[in-house]
Amino acid sequence: MDERRKGSAPLDETRLRQRAIGVKLRQMFDEVVNEPVPDEFLDILRRADESPGDR
Amino acid sequence: MAAVQDERHAAMTDRERDAIFQRELVKLIPHLRAFARTLTGDAAQADDLAQDAMIKAWDARKSFQLGTNMKAWTFMILRNQFYSDKRRSWRQIQLDQEAAERTLVAVDNPEAPLALDELRLAMAMLPDEQREALILVGAGGFAYEEAADICGCAVGTVKSRVSRARKALQGILEAGDYDRDGGSAGDAMRSILADAERLSAAR
Repeated sequence: MDERRKGSAPLDETRLRQRAIGVKLRQMFDEVVNEPVPDEFLDILRRADESPGDR
Repeated sequence: MAAVQDERHAAMTDRERDAIFQRELVKLIPHLRAFARTLTGDAAQADDLAQDAMIKAWDARKSFQLGTNMKAWTFMILRNQFYSDKRRSWRQIQLDQEAAERTLVAVDNPEAPLALDELRLAMAMLPDEQREALILVGAGGFAYEEAADICGCAVGTVKSRVSRARKALQGILEAGDYDRDGGSAGDAMRSILADAERLSAAR
């Protein structure tokens, strides 16, 4: 980031904090995305696929 | 390109179509889990929600047009499920309390990364609509228009919810105004700033 005039310092500070919150939020989300998917999910989907219910 | 895909999809048997649908759905599971986790703040409750949404999507697969935005479609199913669960359960307040207690126990773990838990606690204090809008736009990678479709509201409404959520989060974090004992004002924001800087530097 380039240097700003002194008058805009609080605004820059807000922007900086908002960006930090944004980074953390994405990290929080991506952390779960990167977790291995519990087998349960695929088991449920497999069972749903096999069930003759709506064929 | 989309037209070619549509034609190809139209010529498919149900079984072939189901197979493609399922493959795409499986790819979305990690994202559905992340949306559910950030929305509810509770891992166990979130996986129940994500599983319900996955099954609902599978059951409704015939109403989905292959080649359109399946991520947005499944996210919409998940958020509708979230709100209908919430409405149905008269015990919800109690469940929320239990979930909050579990979260606080997890926060007491000295190994846990500090800033992340503080953000999670602050997120829990936002109204559902604001939290949802912020997650979709700020982490889920959706445009405001897509988020509006998912939430079933106007684009302007999403924009104002996101903006209010951001402001509220900053306020909560700066005030240290969440349920954590011993944490002094400003500490949460400081650790988040430091963490974000570290993350950006690592890129």
